[in-house]
Amino acid sequence: MYPAPIERASRPVQFAYQALIPMALVLWLLPLIAVAVFSIRPDADFANANYWGWPSSFEGITNYSKVFLESDMPRYLWNSVLITVPTVIGAVALSCMTGFALGIYKFKANLWIFFLFVAGNFVPFQILMVPVRDLTLDLGLYNTKTGLVLFHIAFQTGFCTLFMRNFIRALPYELIEAARVEGVAEWRIFWFVVLPLMKPAIAALAVLIFTFIWNDYFWAVVLTQGAESQPVTAGITSFNAQYRAAYHLMSAGSIVAALPPVAMFFLMQRHFIAGLTLGAVK
Amino acid sequence: MAPLPPSTAPRAAPRSWWRRNQIAITPWLFLAPGILFFAIYVLIPVFQSFNVSLYDWDGLGAAEYVGLRNYEEMYWDDAFYTSLRNNLIWLVLYLLAIPAGLAIALFLNQTVTGIRIYKSLFFFPFVISQVVVGLVFSWFYDPSFGLLNVMLGWVGLGPVNVLGDESYVTYGIIAAGLWPQTAYCMILYLTGLNAVDPEQIEAGRLDNAKGFRMLWHIILPQLRPATFIAFVVTIIGALRSFDLISIMTAGGPFGQSRVLSFYMFEVALSEYGFRMGYGAAIAWCCS
Repeated sequence: MYPAPIERASRPVQFAYQALIPMALVLWLLPLIAVAVFSIRPDADFANANYWGWPSSFEGITNYSKVFLESDMPRYLWNSVLITVPTVIGAVALSCMTGFALGIYKFKANLWIFFLFVAGNFVPFQILMVPVRDLTLDLGLYNTKTGLVLFHIAFQTGFCTLFMRNFIRALPYELIEAARVEGVAEWRIFWFVVLPLMKPAIAALAVLIFTFIWNDYFWAVVLTQGAESQPVTAGITSFNAQYRAAYHLMSAGSIVAALPPVAMFFLMQRHFIAGLTLGAVK
Repeated sequence: MAPLPPSTAPRAAPRSWWRRNQIAITPWLFLAPGILFFAIYVLIPVFQSFNVSLYDWDGLGAAEYVGLRNYEEMYWDDAFYTSLRNNLIWLVLYLLAIPAGLAIALFLNQTVTGIRIYKSLFFFPFVISQVVVGLVFSWFYDPSFGLLNVMLGWVGLGPVNVLGDESYVTYGIIAAGLWPQTAYCMILYLTGLNAVDPEQIEAGRLDNAKGFRMLWHIILPQLRPATFIAFVVTIIGALRSFDLISIMTAGGPFGQSRVLSFYMFEVALSEYGFRMGYGAAIAWCCS
């Protein structure tokens, strides 16, 4: 193990290390801690310029209930759910199929199609902006959640296909051959043989896509406007315009907006990291 | 493994057309929906985008063909060069996330109690949306109450309006972007360090390799896959600066913090006018 395990070091060094970690952590998360502290301050603290002193009272409950009960925030959050969940299901479903086709079958165009998906992944999103917005307008889906979901599914399919195809390639091919010898239909091989083995990849990908889509801002701004369809990342700017200079509410709003992916990360940490670090180890 | 379905008994009758061609056709059936979606929303728009860049079009009325005039205009456009320069600054400085991530990973690669929690908390900034990161940092930089200026005040330095100053603004936003990006690189390296071959380290120790020499000659070569991925995701991350810029400064002051993706958004879709063709030309140029 590198660096040398700290247990081999002398006692004082060990203690110093143990003390250093939490200090480094506080420093690392300082901007975030500041916002968390803001979110439980009362209005009066900001009026009296008491930004960093001890809060004159703790108003966490008041501030957060205001965010939930008196603003559009719950609506934005719900929009985000309605955009993110169908995208995750759609992208994972499509890429299970494309990954299966590209991972199992040998045919001439296989590698070309795979490259196409990978290359599409690297297309800068601003190139797509004008035509995709136009297409969405033409379909009558501008400013709808459906329009956003359809685009996200399509765009994420590139990355997901790369992920799934590589995962399926690593599965033992003998299983499929054995099933074929048994005369099992191809779609049944997909459903009963390959799909059950893909569960870890599906979990990793689902968590990853959830976070990506939840945190998307660019497409939310390009394809939607207004509280009826905007997700929370775009909604937070309108929220902030509404509560200009009410830092306690803006902070509370930001924390609420950031929370779902954070919760997802802590619940599904193993899958999340497995997905992110795919390829970091040979 | 899931139970295999019962095998169908072989039939004596000549095999149907479907049975003979099943293996050739199935992949295409599985690919069809994915390719369809991908073509409609990604592949075709790439070409459409180039086509649009040859027109003068406000998004509603008739488009007028202008050939390469949009590109010519770009050549004379100062704002374009400012954005391009900022893009380059982003690319170069964003790479700092790689050594910074490695440093934190080395710092945390121990097995003391609670280290798992610490690792997760260090990774935390990456999970938060860039919008929130932008907000958090714009308050951190705020000249009247931001924590940064409070701390500068302790050491006797005057208040700095990072986001309002033409010469600091891009660096201020990049610092905000480096925060989650460093966390990402850290997690890549932590995973990589986990897989480093302990025998080689012991061999190195016997040969008296220590500290930086050990890192350079024995550890880093083994971390090459992690470094490669960190490099790729950092470059991609540097090109996705749109969220932070639009939240923190909206390109200001005086357009000094724009990058190309933000500039094209402004040109094509904001109050500055709906010039789809010029926007598309900018988009094409920066790819």
